[in-house]
Amino acid sequence: MNWALARAPAGRLPAQLQLFPMRTNTYPELEGKVALITGSTTGIGKAVAVGLAAEGCKVVVNGRNVKNGNAVVDEIRADGGEANFVAADVSDSSQVKGLVQAAVDEYGRLDLACNNAGHEGMGPVTHTYPEDLWDATMALNLSGAFYAMKYELAQMMRQPQIGPNRGAIVNVASIAGMVGGASPPYNASKHGMIGLTKRAGIEYADKGIRVNAINPAVTKTPMLDRFMQDDPELVPEWAEMHPIGRFAEPSEMFDAVAWLLSDHSSFVVGVAVPVDGGWTAH
Amino acid sequence: MTTQQAGRFDGRVALVTGATAGIGEYAAIAYARDGARVVVNGNNAERGNAVVDKIRSQGGEAMFYKADVSSAAEVEAMVDATVEAYGRLDFGFNNAGIIGEGTDLLHEYPDDVWQRVIDVNVKGVWLCMKYQLTQMLDQEPIGPSQGAIVNMSSIAGLVATASAAYDASKHAVIGLTKSAALIYADQGIRINAICPAGVKTPMLERAAAKNPNFEEDSKALHPVGRVANPEEVADAVLWLCSDLAAFVTGSNLVIDGGWTAQ
Repeated sequence: MNWALARAPAGRLPAQLQLFPMRTNTYPELEGKVALITGSTTGIGKAVAVGLAAEGCKVVVNGRNVKNGNAVVDEIRADGGEANFVAADVSDSSQVKGLVQAAVDEYGRLDLACNNAGHEGMGPVTHTYPEDLWDATMALNLSGAFYAMKYELAQMMRQPQIGPNRGAIVNVASIAGMVGGASPPYNASKHGMIGLTKRAGIEYADKGIRVNAINPAVTKTPMLDRFMQDDPELVPEWAEMHPIGRFAEPSEMFDAVAWLLSDHSSFVVGVAVPVDGGWTAH
Repeated sequence: MTTQQAGRFDGRVALVTGATAGIGEYAAIAYARDGARVVVNGNNAERGNAVVDKIRSQGGEAMFYKADVSSAAEVEAMVDATVEAYGRLDFGFNNAGIIGEGTDLLHEYPDDVWQRVIDVNVKGVWLCMKYQLTQMLDQEPIGPSQGAIVNMSSIAGLVATASAAYDASKHAVIGLTKSAALIYADQGIRINAICPAGVKTPMLERAAAKNPNFEEDSKALHPVGRVANPEEVADAVLWLCSDLAAFVTGSNLVIDGGWTAQ
């Protein structure tokens, strides 16, 4: 739980009555930074977008669903934060290029990124798994993270450096990147994402850009709702896999992303941090 | 290092083993800075009291307690003394460890050095957890957490780096951490390990003195191009203890400037 968010008033004032923006200020160094969060119209991505806006970041909300995206932007603005929605499918390289360009056009630069867009690609077991669903899931989860980093890093390298660092990137992988237990392309893409994170981490470590990942376990998001519809028996089974005895809140994933984006993790590079209530400890 | 998190550990009590120098010292100072009362443990009373003085001069509250973490009786007495002085125990940072002065070659490694490294680095962590957990389970929690423990492993817990004894001991700390985390996760106590690489500490300075190419070697081993400052490791310890890491348990957090990503 984010202790600062927890103290925020329960009811929201209309934006025009908001005298001061709602600020958490857990990491003051994030204030004023420009952050791009892919797949941030719902779930973990949304929690990261809302959380970073509360830290004072200028936030680019991304996804394919315009209505959901605009709703996140409205929510951030109502709290006095700054955000814009840019529709883009991260599995398409040219759209990702346009997404990063749109962020720079709007806010002048890009300091932080959270590459979160992904899909579980639930389906049958490997020998009957459909190839088109494999391709789509790999393209979104793994190639999407590669495209995103490619253009994000290019921008971070290109722009004048402000402060001690050029930037920071956090990829949202999954415990499915450490163990098997979702769908063939989900496991493959999330394992791949961790490899990609290590590689990029090494490549940009001495250039002032830190690249890391988080590995969430089951988090209360629309993805979980889809899992529940898909296989009602799976969810109770999963509940027992978390030694901590519950599923995660999206805000708990934000808390880990925020620490990794902040200067507080200045020596953490190329790492995938499990935020999994103990799942992968057993 | 910026912080707007002053006061987040108000009312809490932290016990840091091996806190008379290096990472432990910085962690003790950081806990106190954020509001916790701190027990500074170590074997060297003079250095330990110097850390306590430093904390007090910054307005914090701390005491030194001399104990050998490989002795059950001394660890039990240390936890008792903590509770006697400060009423409770919320955080344990089991940091005490030794590198083990011996040969690099396993077949020539002295048995007594092996035993000492395992006793301090592994048994010490186990004993500390044993008595810390007993106390944590017995007290009323402040906030949502019944307690949090961070154990000092190393990148030597993930890859081979130094010597058989050190590498084995640090791998063991990760296993021990996972095991304890599973058992206490649903009782509100989170247990994690950290895996630093090179950190500017007296332990590193001793290693550097023996290697004329230390600077170059360090750069090659850390893609980030430098070794860590102890503050950077202390920050990870405090994050793991804070409610911002409420879903993180049984993990080993790697703080290595990219060493093990290579």
